Amino acid sequence: MNKEGRPTQPQGATPHAPKTFTGARALQIHEALTFETGRNDYTGVDLDPPAPFTSRLGGLERKSEIGLPGLSEPEAMRHYVRLSQKNYAIDMGPYPLGSCTMKHNPRLNEKMARLPGFADIHPLQPVSTVQGALALMEELADWLLQLTNMSAVALTPKAGAHGEMCGMMAIKAAIAARGEAATRKVVLAPESAHGTNPATAAALGFSVRGVPAGPDGLVDTQAVAAALGPDVAAIMLTNPNTCGLFERDIVEIARLVHEAGAYFYCDGANFNAIVGKVRPGDLGVDAMHINLHKTFSTPHGGGGPGAGPVVLSEKLAAFAPVPFLRRDGEALTLVEETDGADSFGRMAAFHGQMGMFVRALAYILSHGADGLARASEDAVLAANYVRVCLNDLFSAPFGDRICMHEVLFDDRWLKDTGVSTLDFAKAMIDEGIHPMTIYFPLVVHGAMLIEPTESESLVSLSLFIATLRDLALRALRGEKERFLGAPYYAPRSRLDETGAARKPVLRWTPPKPAED
Amino acid sequence: MRYLPLSDQERADMLLRIGVETVDGLYADAPRDALLAKPLDLPLRRTELEVERRLSALAKRNVAAGDVPFFVGAGAYKHHVPASVDHLIQRSEFLTSYTPYQPEISQGTLQVLFEFQTQVANLTGMEVANASMYDGSTATAEAILMAHRVTRRRKALVSGGLHPHYAETARTLSDMAEDEIVLLPPDPLATEDLIGLIDESLSCLVVQSPDFFGNLRDLRPLAEACRARGVLLIAVVTEALSLGLIESPGAMGADIVVGEGQSIGNGLNFGGPYLGLFATREKYLRQTPGRLCGQTHDAKGRRGFVLTLSTREQHIRREKATSNICTNSGLCALAFSIHLTLLGEKGLRELALINHANAVALVEALEKTPGVEVLNRSFFNEFTLQVKGSAAQLVERMAARGVLAGVPVSRLLPKAGLDDLLLVASSEVNTNEDRATFVAALREELSLGAGA
Repeated sequence: MNKEGRPTQPQGATPHAPKTFTGARALQIHEALTFETGRNDYTGVDLDPPAPFTSRLGGLERKSEIGLPGLSEPEAMRHYVRLSQKNYAIDMGPYPLGSCTMKHNPRLNEKMARLPGFADIHPLQPVSTVQGALALMEELADWLLQLTNMSAVALTPKAGAHGEMCGMMAIKAAIAARGEAATRKVVLAPESAHGTNPATAAALGFSVRGVPAGPDGLVDTQAVAAALGPDVAAIMLTNPNTCGLFERDIVEIARLVHEAGAYFYCDGANFNAIVGKVRPGDLGVDAMHINLHKTFSTPHGGGGPGAGPVVLSEKLAAFAPVPFLRRDGEALTLVEETDGADSFGRMAAFHGQMGMFVRALAYILSHGADGLARASEDAVLAANYVRVCLNDLFSAPFGDRICMHEVLFDDRWLKDTGVSTLDFAKAMIDEGIHPMTIYFPLVVHGAMLIEPTESESLVSLSLFIATLRDLALRALRGEKERFLGAPYYAPRSRLDETGAARKPVLRWTPPKPAED
Repeated sequence: MRYLPLSDQERADMLLRIGVETVDGLYADAPRDALLAKPLDLPLRRTELEVERRLSALAKRNVAAGDVPFFVGAGAYKHHVPASVDHLIQRSEFLTSYTPYQPEISQGTLQVLFEFQTQVANLTGMEVANASMYDGSTATAEAILMAHRVTRRRKALVSGGLHPHYAETARTLSDMAEDEIVLLPPDPLATEDLIGLIDESLSCLVVQSPDFFGNLRDLRPLAEACRARGVLLIAVVTEALSLGLIESPGAMGADIVVGEGQSIGNGLNFGGPYLGLFATREKYLRQTPGRLCGQTHDAKGRRGFVLTLSTREQHIRREKATSNICTNSGLCALAFSIHLTLLGEKGLRELALINHANAVALVEALEKTPGVEVLNRSFFNEFTLQVKGSAAQLVERMAARGVLAGVPVSRLLPKAGLDDLLLVASSEVNTNEDRATFVAALREELSLGAGA
C-alpha cells in the first residue's frame, strides 16, 4: 500500500509557463468553429420522418447542399459554454460603459417573460385570447406615462434608434399636417449627440444642423436661438446629455424651440438618471424614447434585442403609430389600422417587443415608485463618488462639477505618457474590469465615459476606483509596456481591425484542398 | 430594495466624500420646480413573490399556443425549440454582455455572430449576411433603402404577396423619406404579372416566397427580368424553416434576401423580440445596413473576430450612415444559431419536410370538407382557406371551441374584400389529433352556419 498518496503541497515550479499541446490555458480553451467540427449529415435533434406523401412545393424543392453542420447536444453545450467563457458580462464584474447602462438584470424578469402565457402566445391570436397580455402592455404604458408626465406612448419601436425614428416620424407627420412639410427640413443636433440622432434625421429626409456645446459641456442656449428659424422642424437633444450633465437651460431651450414652431425630441438614453426625480413632460419635451434595455434593465444580450417605446406630448399624440391599445370597458382591443386618422402608420410588424415589456414591468413593479427614484439616486451617487475619487489624477473636460449618472474624463492627463485612452482601456481588461465607453462623446478628446450604475456595491466601487488609480499612477510613472501590449491575459490580445476591414472575411468557407 | 446594494450608512458616507448634504444636491442642475419633492403617487416596491403572483395572474388570462390545437401563422410560427437553446442563451456571459465593442473579451459573442452570418448566408444562398436586424419587416424596409443607394433610383415595386405589415412598414419609411413605393393589391392566387411591371425607373422589386397567402413563387424569371433592367430583386422569407426544403432565393437570383428568423430558435413572444435576417451579394457590402462581424487575427497571430466595416454605421458616419440601427437582435441570433447548429443540414431538411407533410395532411383533409376551399396550388406549411362568410367570426367561434384556427386575412387587410379568407399554418407541433379536432370543429361550425 502506498501510504504517501498524492502530493498535497505544490512542489517546484516551472520557471516559464510552458506552451500547451492544445493551445489551451486551463480554463481558457480554444474553440473551433461549428463549421470545422460539425457534420452536414448529422443532427442533434431527434425527429420522426413523416409517412410518404405527395409534395406540393410546385417544383421548387431545394436541390443543392446548404452547408450547415450539425452537432449533438453534448457537443453543442460544450461549444457554446466554451464560447461564453470568452465573454465579459455584468454578472462577472463592473461594466461601466457610459451611455449604455449596464445595470443588473434581475432573473425574476427572465422567469416572468418565459411564462407560457407571455412567451407562447401569437401576436395574431384573437384578442379575446390575449387579454392578459394587452393588460400588461396597458399597465407598462401607464407607468411610462406617469414617470414621464406625457400624453401618449407608442410601444412598437424595437430599440432606441427605432424609437428615435418613431418620434421623428410623429414630428414629421405633425409638421405635414400643419402644411409646413416643404419648409421645415432642418433638424438641430448638438455635436455631442449619439450618432443615431443625425442618422435618424437624415434617414427621414431632414438635413442636420449642428449646435455647438459651450465650455461647460452644456448646449449653448444662444447657439440654439441662433440656429432656430422657420426652416427648423425639431431639435434632438439628449438629457441628461452624453457628457453626463443635466442640461441646465433645458426649459428655456424648449421654450425657444416651441416659439420657433419646432418640436423638442429628447433622446432618452440617459433617462435612468432621472426616473422618479424629474419628468421629461415637465421640461417641455414633445417626444422621447425610453430604452427598456437600459433604464428598465432588460438584458443587452450581446447586442440586443432592445425595446424603445416613445412617449409623446399632447401635440404629437394623434400622430402615434399603429397599433395602439384601446380600452372598451373591461375589454382591451388593438387598433391596427390608421383608418384615415392622423397616425403616421405602421413601423414594424405586430405589436412591439412583448418579451421586453414583461421584463420591464417586472423591474418596475419590483422597484415601485420609491425604488425607481432610489435607483436613479444611487446611479448618480455612484458616478459622483467615482468622480471625486479620481479627479485628482484624471482630467475632467468641463471642470470639477457635479455629474449625473456618468462621469466624463478626457485624455489631457495622459499627455506625454505615451499611453492613449485605448491603451488605458485595454489595461483595465487585464485587471478584470470592462473598460468604460471610450472616444465618445466626440466633443471631448480621448473621452472616457464612466457609468457605474446603481448595481455596484461600495466594496466593488472601491476596488474599481483603487484599480483605476493604480493604473493611472503607473501610466504617469511611465510604465508604458503595461499598457501598450495590453491586454495580456484576455482570450485574445489586440485584434487587427484595419486588416479585418481591408479584406473582409465575413463567413467561413471550406479550406481549399491542399495541392499535391 | 433587493437590487440596490448600498446601505443608508454607505450612502451617507459617499455623500460626505462628494461634499453635498443630500442626494438632491446632486440634482442641482435640474430646474427647481421640476425636481420631484417626493415619490410619485404610484405603487411602492414589491417582493419577488408579489410580483410573480401579479404577473402570473396576467399570464393566465392568455391562451398559450401549447395548450390548444394551434394553427396560427402569418409571419410568426410555433415550433418546438430544444431545451438546451433556452438554457444556453441564459448563460450570464451571453445574456448580460453588451455589443462587442471590446473584442478581446467578447470573442464568444463575436464567434457566434461569425457562425450566424455563415449560417444565414448558406441558408439564403447569398455571399454575405449581417449580424441581424430587428425583425423581418424592418429588414425589408432597410433592404429597399439599400436598393435605392445601390441603384441611385428611388422607386420600389412591392408584390401583393408581401406580408401586409411588411408592406405597411416599408410604405411608412418610404413616405417619410420621400421615396416612391408602389404596393400592388393583395394577390391571394399569386397571379399578378410582375414581369410586365419591371422597368428602368425601379430600384427594386420586393417579392415574398412562400408569400403571405402561402404560395411558393419561382423567383428565377423575376430575377432575369430585374437583371436586364438594372433592378435589384429583394426576396422576403417570413418562415425561415421553409429554406430547408425550398430552393434558396440566392440560387434563384435574388440580390438581397431578408427574412424573419423567429421560427428557428425563438418563441412566439406575442410578436417580439424577433430576428431580422439580412443577406446580400458581396459587391453591395458597403451599402449594407447593420453590424458585420469579420475574421481577423490578434497580435500573436491567433484567429479572432471583430465588428468590422463600421464606417458604414451611425456611430462613425452619423448623418451619412447606411442606417440608424444600433442595437439589433443579438440574443435572438444566438438562439437561432444554436437551434440551427443542433439541427444541422440533416435536421433542418427533416424538420422542414415534417412541416410540409403536416400541412399537406391538413389540406387533404380540408379538401374533403364541403363548404371550404384551399386556394393554393403550392405551399410549404401554410395555406389560404376560403370559407363561407366571415373568417374572422369563424376564428372567434373556433376559439370558443378551444381551437386557434388561424389568421383571418381581414385582420391585416380589412379593406381588401377578402373577409372569407383564412390563413392556416401547420407545423411539427400539430398532432394527428390536433388536425382531427380542427376539421371536426370546422365541420360543426360550417353546418351550424348553414343552418342559421
